Amino acid sequence: MIRLHNVSKTYYLKGDPKRGLKSRGKGRSDASPGRDAEPRVVEALKNVDLHVPQGQIHGVIGLSGAGKSTLIRCVNLLERPTAGSVFVDGQELTGLANGALHRARHRIGMIFQHFNLLTNRNVFDNVSLPLELMGMQRAAIRERVTPLLELVGLADKADQYPARLSGGQKQRVAIARALASRPRVLLCDEATSALDPQTTGSILALLRDINHKLGLTILLITHEMEVVKSICHRVSLISDGKLVEEADVGDFFTAPRTRLGREFLNDFLQLEPPRALIERLEETPGDHTHPVVRLAFSGDAVSTPLISRLARECGVDVSILQAKVESIQERTLGLMIAELIGATRETARAIDYLETHDLHVEVLGHVRRDA
Amino acid sequence: MSGAMLELILKATLDTLYMVGVSGLISALLGVPLGVLLYVTRPGQVLAHPLASQVLGAVTNVGRSVPFIILMVAIIPFTRLLVGTSIGTNAAIVPLTIAAIPFVARLVEGALNEVPPGLVEAAQSMGATPRQIILKVLLPEARGGIFTGLTITVVTLISYSAMAGAVGGGGLGDLGIRYGYNRFDPTVMLITVVILVVMVQGFQMLGDRLVRRTDHK
Repeated sequence: MIRLHNVSKTYYLKGDPKRGLKSRGKGRSDASPGRDAEPRVVEALKNVDLHVPQGQIHGVIGLSGAGKSTLIRCVNLLERPTAGSVFVDGQELTGLANGALHRARHRIGMIFQHFNLLTNRNVFDNVSLPLELMGMQRAAIRERVTPLLELVGLADKADQYPARLSGGQKQRVAIARALASRPRVLLCDEATSALDPQTTGSILALLRDINHKLGLTILLITHEMEVVKSICHRVSLISDGKLVEEADVGDFFTAPRTRLGREFLNDFLQLEPPRALIERLEETPGDHTHPVVRLAFSGDAVSTPLISRLARECGVDVSILQAKVESIQERTLGLMIAELIGATRETARAIDYLETHDLHVEVLGHVRRDA
Repeated sequence: MSGAMLELILKATLDTLYMVGVSGLISALLGVPLGVLLYVTRPGQVLAHPLASQVLGAVTNVGRSVPFIILMVAIIPFTRLLVGTSIGTNAAIVPLTIAAIPFVARLVEGALNEVPPGLVEAAQSMGATPRQIILKVLLPEARGGIFTGLTITVVTLISYSAMAGAVGGGGLGDLGIRYGYNRFDPTVMLITVVILVVMVQGFQMLGDRLVRRTDHK
């Protein structure tokens, strides 16, 4: 449904890098860069390939400045890629003339971190806006808008102006507005970043509901793992303008493949060995050391008493330092940090045993027993 | 005070209202579009056009920098071409309008600049054309600021119109100078000033109310 092929975006800036980047990256703002400054080249996106199939919720997560905003703006060409091509619903947007592009954008909804509602239009008229732009008649607009307001639970607020609404209500209006033109694709630009956790939950539930009911394909960018965990099917990690990792969300939470992925996950799960232990961790095993491992298990393994079997069958004692169970999509995921206590041969065997039972084992380091 | 004097004051008041009204209306009709053009041709805007932006900006600045009293005299040939005479209220309206157009344009440009860029971006994401963005997003969202600017313009025009006496334009300012100042008649002076104050107050109140009524920020 959405396909980015080898997309790159390069900015040629003059003057203060930060001001310049913001002014272009966010669209407008007349921060005019100094004339005498050296031009700077910023590669915001580098050869990005991305494919989001019909009906999927795909999350792109990354730190600030990684290129998330540019990436999502390249999908509807609010930012025109310097190179590469963008396809939405089988149509190549990068090849379209202005008029055709305006029409193609009617099939792509977008919501924003700061909602971007028109303050001088009430809720009803805000949701009508995209339909007015398409030249729809007043009566047809009314027929389309009323059920949308019901869908987002704001039918009673139709006559209110945005200034009177809460953040969550504003985002609901923005969602209704984005859906008005019956798009095939919804782009979410940090849609919950300005909301409190509870409101975030309700907006995410609404998005999941829409994805389910309408089969709408959703691409979202975020810096919050919570968003990825609660609604995404698939996740990509963006760093320095490149997509460095892509996986199904369950797999990503079980075993991220990159260092950045692990950092994101550890930050989110707060699953770290105790500080005192971290200081004692050694990279290589020695004569009297025990491995400290991070175990991730999902599916059947969650309900199997593996730890006690480990003790019985491999003769290894397990000291659990941290553990938690998360539900991701329909999967239950167990995570644990544990020290395996036993002779080197036995602990190695224990790790083998765990891996054959579909656990993901990562050795974080080794601690000296007598220390 | 004689009946003749009262009649003079009444006529002067109407002259002022006439000059301010007509020049205010025309300058709004021409100044708002110019302000929109100044804004949308800026770099990064929906109709970004560096050359147009610079030329329009320069012309506007010239219009803004010529002192009104000089402008009035300097454009006499143009005034004569337009209204057939270089003296009287109609003749005064021409320089008043010419001075007010760039004034309005800069205030409108400023008001448009207050519209958050995100709103334009949102409209673009919905497939809005530049024309739709101007008519459905920029102007309605800047409504409050534009009305505030027009109010300032009317008030400024009232004070400029006092200089219209220099081309025989009449009006309250002219009356105040000729009778109040040149003939040492403090009563006339006081009356004209009071009427001007009331007029400014009235327009300001009207403008403020309009802004409150139409702006939902």
